[in-house]
Amino acid sequence: MDRSAADSLPFMRRLLFVFFVLTGVAGPARGADAPDAVAILRAVGPEGSGNPAATAAWRSLAALDATAIPRVLEGLDGANPYAANWLRAAVDAIAARSDTLPVDALVTYLGDIRHDPRGRRLAWELIRGRDAAAAEALIDRMLDDPSVELRHDAVQRVIDAATRLDAAGDAGATAAYRRALDAARDVDQIKAITKALEKKGEAVDLPRHFGFLTHWQVIGPFDNTAEAGFAAAYPPEAVAGMPPDADAAWPGKDGSDVRWKAFLTADSYGMVDINKAYPGPDDGLKEVVAYASTGFTSDAERDAEIRLGCKNAWKVWHNGRLLFGRDEYHRGMRIDQYRVPIRLTKGANRFLVKLCQDGQTQDWTKEWQFQFRVCDAAGTAILALDRPAAPSVGPPPAAP
Amino acid sequence: MPPTRANRRLIGAVVTACVAGIVVPGVAADWPGFRGPAGSGVAVGPDLPATLSRENIAWSVELPGRGLSGAIVAGDHVFVTCSSGPDQQRLHAIALDAATGRTLWERQFWATGRTMCHDKTSVAAPTPCWHEGRLYALWSSNDLVCLDRDGGLVWFRGLTADYPNVSNSLGMTSSLVVTDGTVVAQVENDSESYALGIDAATGENRWRIDRPKAANWTSPLVVSPGLVALQSKTGLDVVRTNDGGVAWSYDGGAATIPSGCVLDGVLYVPSHGVTALASPDGDGTKPRQLWRSSRLSPGTPSAVASGGRVFALGKADVLTAGSITDGERLWQLRLQGPFSATPAIVGDRMICVSEKGLVQIIDVAGDEGRVLATLDLEDEVLASPAVADGAVYVRTNGRLTKLIAR
Repeated sequence: MDRSAADSLPFMRRLLFVFFVLTGVAGPARGADAPDAVAILRAVGPEGSGNPAATAAWRSLAALDATAIPRVLEGLDGANPYAANWLRAAVDAIAARSDTLPVDALVTYLGDIRHDPRGRRLAWELIRGRDAAAAEALIDRMLDDPSVELRHDAVQRVIDAATRLDAAGDAGATAAYRRALDAARDVDQIKAITKALEKKGEAVDLPRHFGFLTHWQVIGPFDNTAEAGFAAAYPPEAVAGMPPDADAAWPGKDGSDVRWKAFLTADSYGMVDINKAYPGPDDGLKEVVAYASTGFTSDAERDAEIRLGCKNAWKVWHNGRLLFGRDEYHRGMRIDQYRVPIRLTKGANRFLVKLCQDGQTQDWTKEWQFQFRVCDAAGTAILALDRPAAPSVGPPPAAP
Repeated sequence: MPPTRANRRLIGAVVTACVAGIVVPGVAADWPGFRGPAGSGVAVGPDLPATLSRENIAWSVELPGRGLSGAIVAGDHVFVTCSSGPDQQRLHAIALDAATGRTLWERQFWATGRTMCHDKTSVAAPTPCWHEGRLYALWSSNDLVCLDRDGGLVWFRGLTADYPNVSNSLGMTSSLVVTDGTVVAQVENDSESYALGIDAATGENRWRIDRPKAANWTSPLVVSPGLVALQSKTGLDVVRTNDGGVAWSYDGGAATIPSGCVLDGVLYVPSHGVTALASPDGDGTKPRQLWRSSRLSPGTPSAVASGGRVFALGKADVLTAGSITDGERLWQLRLQGPFSATPAIVGDRMICVSEKGLVQIIDVAGDEGRVLATLDLEDEVLASPAVADGAVYVRTNGRLTKLIAR
């Protein structure tokens, strides 16, 4: 051992220095080994592809010291969902055995909203584990954050403040609730704020806030006996990318011609109730299919999501391309039940929804409906340039 | 009923190991998955206590999320899964010290599949599985992970990310089994419905087979080395773990919520009540039906079998004991329900835990069932209890509680 080097260290560090020198035990590897391992983890793919290499890479990454954490977090940017979890687990493993964390570097990482939102939330939680006050102070700046969870916490603070103002009879409560609503993307928070505002006589345009599409053209019913209609390509599918032709007529389930007709929804949560468009006896028509078409003019080409809530079997097309379909009936429905990424075309876009009702007769199988919105990854509504005003009344009466 | 000679030898081995301070991995003292060792619902070890009070609570810890997956026990580790956060998108796998309840490690993952489920269930619904030093955990989002004993990630799979229509809007609950180096996962639902045999070492597919397109909440069952039973509404397919090929089938229909159990090579399937099936003779593809009893009718909890009897906890909270030789009903006992958790048996005693958190110890060996003891945990319990080394681990939605004999 080099005596001059050892003497320059405080006692306990000298002791550890001696220990490591005598035993040859290596401390955690430094962060310089991160890039290769991160690249291997980012390369994992579907059905376990890349897993064998990832197992070893993960072990080497998890053995690094805490200075590696920001680089691992950066690896989340653009990572596929499998890789994101490998990387996340590595961050957890490193942090769990580290006495200190690079808090400054984590704050810097957190402050760059271009980074992966979940990575940023993880960074914030690591900061909070070491300096709760500092972490909480950061939240106040995150009302418009792309991270759903960071934004949620920031919005909750505003809701709580509004609630206190409300309880005190302060006139500022309304403005505070409005501020919270503008930022809110969590459905439960939106519902709570809306309830508070409506109690104060304030109107809330929920369809606009969510970005629900409310103006449709519908056609049906076609046949869905024995659920075969889900796979059957009825004529509207051949023109999925086209605006409905008012003159088009095709044979429906009972053999008579069916045509497109306008259908609007005034429901606060954008529910398009096809039972109202095509009423049937008792609990509605059974074993039927309908289509709903709507246009959407986008101000730019951009990434977006369509989010669908639906307990019937369904398919969705965008600009004539089938996006996704699901043949499940009556297992439940909620807002944003399905999220499908799309690339909006600048200018005209066309969505076609196929909605199938099966033959079940229990009272919880009556619904033949969907809700459909366009938003970004954080849930912020993307509104069409030509978005019509929200209907103030329900759908037009069914044609005789 | 006195233990058999084989059980006495095994108990002796376990006791010796424990006295020596050794916990032998894979020994029957573990509770390594849903319904414990061998999927029969039977634990080997000291009797369940005949009296209960809060003095029997060794520890009770809060979990970081909710769930109704059962805890599992491997040596001195207890493992449990949870889900939390907006839409239960956060998936937790946790290891606790069995003696103290202290958290040893926790790993979190982000759900890659859909997390919508019925309010009564949770994304953390399937019970994990411990096999040869590895923890295998599955969530309703169809995310599947393999971790080592110290929480090191061995591999990760996102089965809905792989197969986008593999999901059930009510939630998925099938637990895992691991055998012959293969993780068998049933991800059956109305749409894209499969069973998968996944390489336990790497997480890559060994096989994937189509399954009936119908919601199914039952769990696979190891029948014998190299064979796993997959239950569904059509009946039972016993498949080879090396290639997923069907060795034999029973097409008499079966329940889609309670699972069957296996004891001494006989499968007790919730079909028309309970149907006892033995493997086909020779190279046959149809099983031998030993008996069928409509008087044994499991409700949500799965059937369990031990001591010459088959037990079904059915509707109206009635526990029915049937003869294992012919299914004849031996006795019935009304308990305080309702029940979701599958019971567990140690020797002559059974533990049932109601949805309201009432722990009930029942003597099941006599001519009539008899409640020996109860303890109200005053919390919702939907998860099946784990029994290991004389302790019972009861998981409520947000807590894990260890009960021991005093």
